[in-house]
Amino acid sequence: MAETKKLSIIAFSGDFDKLTAVFTLGTGAAAVGYEVNIFFTFWGLDAIKTKHGRSFTGGNWLTKIFGFMMGGLKVTPTSRFNFLGAGPRIFRGLMRKNNVATLEELVDAAKALGINFYACEMAMHVLGLKKEDFIPEVKDVLGVASFLKLSDGGETLFI
Amino acid sequence: MANKILDITKEHCPMTFVKTKIELSKLSEGDTLEVLLSEGEPLDNVPRNAREQGYNVISVEHVEGTTHKVIIRK
Repeated sequence: MAETKKLSIIAFSGDFDKLTAVFTLGTGAAAVGYEVNIFFTFWGLDAIKTKHGRSFTGGNWLTKIFGFMMGGLKVTPTSRFNFLGAGPRIFRGLMRKNNVATLEELVDAAKALGINFYACEMAMHVLGLKKEDFIPEVKDVLGVASFLKLSDGGETLFI
Repeated sequence: MANKILDITKEHCPMTFVKTKIELSKLSEGDTLEVLLSEGEPLDNVPRNAREQGYNVISVEHVEGTTHKVIIRK
């Protein structure tokens, strides 16, 4: 029997459309037997916050403002045609209408499939985020070296 | 031995095999999952993925129109 296939995704973008791609690829791979790791960094950290809306996360006033502006899963913007927030609403509507999984459904499926979620230590530090700000499914907080080690032998994507 | 039914005729990739995989992982050994799915991508991928992951695909039959039924045992 061949070794377990492995896919690691660096989720850098916090855009609605790119995060949808992250979770579509991740859940698809996990569903066909891959071991899947997702390393959330910088804007991607928005996808794993416990609060899906906007909140004042962070230590000082500057990170609090950024934390509020960035928000969580519910307020991720589309990379184009965001139209001040109408874009994601339009796309979610289109997805529901065509029975395609929405971002939230894909994230739930990722949790159900046991995909490994990791948060980037450096980005967390800069944005003043703590492990408590994230969903409990986040397995660990990692740096580059640890991530490279656990993604070794598989394929890595940067989204 | 339990028999679960999963209707994914209205689902699209990746939720077709994602939902199938999630249901299969909840089964106990010996249980079966009856999957109702559509022609095209689901019919091509779901039975093959189940076999590749070591599940026993007992039958694949046409029900009516574009709907097919796949029975998988753990």
